[in-house]
Amino acid sequence: MSEEKWTVKFVIFRKKGDQPARYDSYVLEVDPEEYVIDGVERIWAFHDRSLIFAHACHHSTCGACGMRVNDVEKLTCITKIRDVTTNGGTLKIEPMRNFPIIGDLVVDMTRMYAAMDRVHAKAVHPLSAAPLEGEDIRPPRDVPRNNGNEYLRLADCIECGLCISACPVAGTAENYLGPAVLAAAQLQGLKHNPDLLDVVDCADGLWRCHSAYECTAVCPSNVDPGWRIMDLRRQVVGERLKRWFVKA
Amino acid sequence: MSKLHAIVIGAGFTGVAIAHDLALRGFAVTVVERGPIVNGTSGRTHGLLHSGARYAVNDQESAIECIQENQILRLIVPDAIEPNGGLFIGITDEDMAYREKFMEGCAACGIPITELSPKEALRLEPNLNPKLQTAFTVPDGTFDPLRLALAFAASAKANGTVFHLYTDVVDLLTDGQGNIVGVKAWDRAADKRFDIQGDIVVNATGAWVGHITSMAGISVPITPTPGVMVAYDKRLTQRAINLLNKPGDGDIVLPQRRMMVVGTTSFTIEDPDYVPVYEDHVQLMIERGSNLIPALRQTKERGAYMATRPLIGASAPGRSISRTFKAYDHKETDNVEGLVTITGGKATTLRLMAEKTVDLICKKFNLTIPCTTAETPLLSYRKFYVN
Repeated sequence: MSEEKWTVKFVIFRKKGDQPARYDSYVLEVDPEEYVIDGVERIWAFHDRSLIFAHACHHSTCGACGMRVNDVEKLTCITKIRDVTTNGGTLKIEPMRNFPIIGDLVVDMTRMYAAMDRVHAKAVHPLSAAPLEGEDIRPPRDVPRNNGNEYLRLADCIECGLCISACPVAGTAENYLGPAVLAAAQLQGLKHNPDLLDVVDCADGLWRCHSAYECTAVCPSNVDPGWRIMDLRRQVVGERLKRWFVKA
Repeated sequence: MSKLHAIVIGAGFTGVAIAHDLALRGFAVTVVERGPIVNGTSGRTHGLLHSGARYAVNDQESAIECIQENQILRLIVPDAIEPNGGLFIGITDEDMAYREKFMEGCAACGIPITELSPKEALRLEPNLNPKLQTAFTVPDGTFDPLRLALAFAASAKANGTVFHLYTDVVDLLTDGQGNIVGVKAWDRAADKRFDIQGDIVVNATGAWVGHITSMAGISVPITPTPGVMVAYDKRLTQRAINLLNKPGDGDIVLPQRRMMVVGTTSFTIEDPDYVPVYEDHVQLMIERGSNLIPALRQTKERGAYMATRPLIGASAPGRSISRTFKAYDHKETDNVEGLVTITGGKATTLRLMAEKTVDLICKKFNLTIPCTTAETPLLSYRKFYVN
């Protein structure tokens, strides 16, 4: 936070039940170092108690507060106002795409949770399966250990849904598993989880991806789904070849 | 006989745990929450699964509750917890003066600790302040607040609980003689207003309990006590790191996913609906946090946030108030039938708070149904969305 004060116009998508959608504007004095979610919460607290929006942890561990900010998917609790507008500027806040709207800024992410369940995505990983440093996806050589046991940590993917909202394919194919889900399958590896092969190797699985890499561009949590989908394709081809030879 | 219907106001940690416990004990349950699951204090927790060691000197009642509940939660909800343990590190001579009391307190509360030499501690956690004089291992953990709550909510839902999210309680329904028989609700997602009748209303709104009790013309002595926390963009330890001293500001640094979270400050306010994140508090967090882990200073801020604890007791400031929770039957305290308020406590003791509250509710209805939440593994948090 700083002493600096900006005036910013928040233009918020509104929708209640069967009523038509509209945009409401609220002019707020903000500190540019504040996060977008702080502004949205203040609109609810001081301007309009009918507004609904999703949020929980306010520090990017839960993934609840994904929205579209000036047409780009953002996790609003870690998006500083300074980084997405200017003094006197506008912040257009809309719900994520490719999910049904529950109301205002809230969407129903059942589609993603159901698919994450289908690939048995892990919420907590051993440290070796989810390395911390470097761009290399392979585990580092020295994984710290806890008295001989592996440390566990919460997965990088916070299931915020931003990748599915940004994906140009998810909008046209509602049964497409989606980037977060394919990334979760890749992370587990087909070699150790052969039952995942049929889930991902199908029309609504990884062949639906057009390699737009929008998922990777908007991911707030270091998952890099685009890279993982390409790697999963290599894994699938490898497994298919192996099975073909075994059958023969 | 048809089931008794309980209306739980609030889907924070206490509300979802109570809903789960009530559903297991055979109640029909409706949860009414004005936002999504854990949007208030619970979601914005630090995320420390307390071993109890922090309270082992000053508040042994809390400490014993913590260590017992810590062990239970590890078993019933594994998919929201990093169970890596914690360290208490002593750096200054003043910290070292606390060492004896700390060891005695942990022994008295049954908290298993092991003292490490500075060398051993730095081998386990190379980013600790190299000036540390001693370190103790404790069974702390870290949890994901949303997924912890969703696991309780998913299990409640599987046992028939109905959730009305984004729905305000705008008033209480009375029988004309001041007794509570339900709530008036406003579903803000669909912009619909409706009444819900119930046999008992449970006010589990934490720092906001006064908003609900005032609808019945009564009050509960709690002090909304916010604190600021700051998340940094790099994971520098695997364990929760605590300062070996009496509880103070910014003396806990936690790993979570790829982050470190430093907390917290403590001050009191009147209305918890919106509290800004103060710049001086953020500065204090980096100063205190980097006393434990110097490399935090080279790490980028990722988020800064504020949560309002509901501390029991009306007058004394912040930390000196007991952290233990209280459940009030307003028939006994205010001669208002049909309303129970639960407040106080902390995330680590959510299950126990629910057990005590539901015990009290069962007693009101002359029921003797034992609590089974300590032995019942929770469903995956995703089952809240997927049947």
